[in-house]
Amino acid sequence: MNLRDLVGFSGGALRGHRLRTGLSLLGVAIGVASVVLLTSLGEGARLYVTGEFASLGTNLLIVLPGKTETAGVTPFLTGAPHDLTLEDAEAIARRVRAVRSLAPLSRGTAPARRGERRRDVVVTGTTAEFLGVRHVQLQAGRFLPPYGAGAEQSVCVLGAKVRSELFGAANPLGEAVRLGDERFRVIGVAAPRGMSLGMDMDDMVYVPVRRALRMFNQTGIFRLLVEIRSHDELSSAEAALRRVIAERHDGEDDVTVLTQDSVLASFGRILDILTAALVGIAAISLTVAGLGIMNVMLVAVSERTREIGLLKALGVTRGQIVSVFLVEAAILSSAGGAAGLAVAFAGAGLLRGLYPSFPVQPPPWAVGAAVLVSLSVGLVFGAAPARRAARLDPIIALSRR
Amino acid sequence: MIELSGVRRDFLVGGEPVHALRGLDLTIPDGDYCSIMGPSGSGKSTLLNILGCLDRPSAGSYRLDGREVGDLDDAALSEVRRHRIGFVFQFYHLVPRLTAAGNVELPMIFAGVERRERAERVSRGLAAVGLTARASHTAEQLSGGERQRVAIARAVVMGPTLLLADEPTGNLDSAAGAEIVRLLEGMNRGGLTLVVVTHDPDIGRRARHRIRLVDGALASEERGPGGDR
Repeated sequence: MNLRDLVGFSGGALRGHRLRTGLSLLGVAIGVASVVLLTSLGEGARLYVTGEFASLGTNLLIVLPGKTETAGVTPFLTGAPHDLTLEDAEAIARRVRAVRSLAPLSRGTAPARRGERRRDVVVTGTTAEFLGVRHVQLQAGRFLPPYGAGAEQSVCVLGAKVRSELFGAANPLGEAVRLGDERFRVIGVAAPRGMSLGMDMDDMVYVPVRRALRMFNQTGIFRLLVEIRSHDELSSAEAALRRVIAERHDGEDDVTVLTQDSVLASFGRILDILTAALVGIAAISLTVAGLGIMNVMLVAVSERTREIGLLKALGVTRGQIVSVFLVEAAILSSAGGAAGLAVAFAGAGLLRGLYPSFPVQPPPWAVGAAVLVSLSVGLVFGAAPARRAARLDPIIALSRR
Repeated sequence: MIELSGVRRDFLVGGEPVHALRGLDLTIPDGDYCSIMGPSGSGKSTLLNILGCLDRPSAGSYRLDGREVGDLDDAALSEVRRHRIGFVFQFYHLVPRLTAAGNVELPMIFAGVERRERAERVSRGLAAVGLTARASHTAEQLSGGERQRVAIARAVVMGPTLLLADEPTGNLDSAAGAEIVRLLEGMNRGGLTLVVVTHDPDIGRRARHRIRLVDGALASEERGPGGDR
């Protein structure tokens, strides 16, 4: 008997029970779709995070005041006896040779006002170097003055959203805005950037860092972004940087240094766990789908007892009867798998349409695994019913009405 | 040529041994027309199952065309059933989702007969039982007599030498039953060995070779011209 006849016979048997066939197809389809969609979400989260941090550049050291227990994403501060100051930043710029450029960051919130319009904004104090380190594009005007020069000027650069909300279509260059109680002159507008590192870059106002520290009465800075000349010098630069800090902080290098690599590695671990959990959930639904197939096949075997008895009387061998039922299970599971894949791809496309910034993409390995798993689910869970069918006593099977 | 000698068949039913056949000796020559009669529980069906290689004797010898059936394994028995034996059942046992043609084709599919040859043999088989016009009807769309005619076409499509019929008319009215008997006897005249198990004495007495079982043993065996043939 050739494969085409076998598939024809088994397919005919499945077509004979449309509802039952449809339901178990649905079970497999849901299982496969959930495997593929959930892994897509995990993979999308990974791509999203990677994309976020890739924009940092690989040669960046992010220095945070205070030491953390572990290199984590949200550093758990164990207490910061020493502020990270602008003088520390100057010392690092002077004494760590591998530093290409360096941008201090301070942070505060204040209401921004222009005439009747007002909104709360994040005021970021920094220097001209920030532009290069964080790859900020300007829409109009110029950025802040470089480190040292004009550090006290009352000038500001607006984020795209702040600009449109305060000025609408009007040209903001040269105009004055109030930040808190103080007047600042607008010298530039940043191009729209969206979310980056959890901050809405468009909802910010940049001012010179010393001016910002004075305005918020701060002594220490919030972050120090240090760009290193080359990736190879990253760890030696970090060590040199820690030595400078330790010298200045009574022998304690009480800062946390994050690199793109370390951040991505710790995110990677979290995402691996997340993906594994999602795969686990999906595997459960595939197992349930497999049990569904097994149930359908067992029902089919008992419902078709007479047919099996007849086949035996006609001289059909046990092996052929096993094949008939295994092929039925395989058709069920692979058709279900195909339907599930289609649903998963449609779902991923829909999610991409709804959340364009979140790259939901079914990973190729998940597609392959889903197809493989659904087929083997069919064969594994179809095996027991098929064996049962082959072992039926033809005399008893035929004696049923 | 069927040769049974000292065939016993014992079952255990609820721990109690049941002796369905108690040492049966029987010879059915090629081309014979044999009826097996007897009350319920006399071992008729057990005998038919053994003759059809669906069951094996507990003791004794069953030689089919000189080959000892008891020595054959499962695959070899399937082979014997496929090529040597055709079955006709009281309840037809058509596959309901298949058409009349599909049911006749069934044994050839599993025997690996080529598609084109299958189609030819199906149409010849259906023509032989007068059902060419019903080829594409499913089993449910056929009358009882038509279903049994499809079953007969299916039983002989592989060209067996032995046709076993278990109460072939048991579920039919007398007109349809007579038609089935006529068909079966026609097959016998064509050379097939025909063995019919029946309750109906009118049918049983038509055979040339009539045996009667009681309690698993041969109660009578007659040879001679059958009734009203």
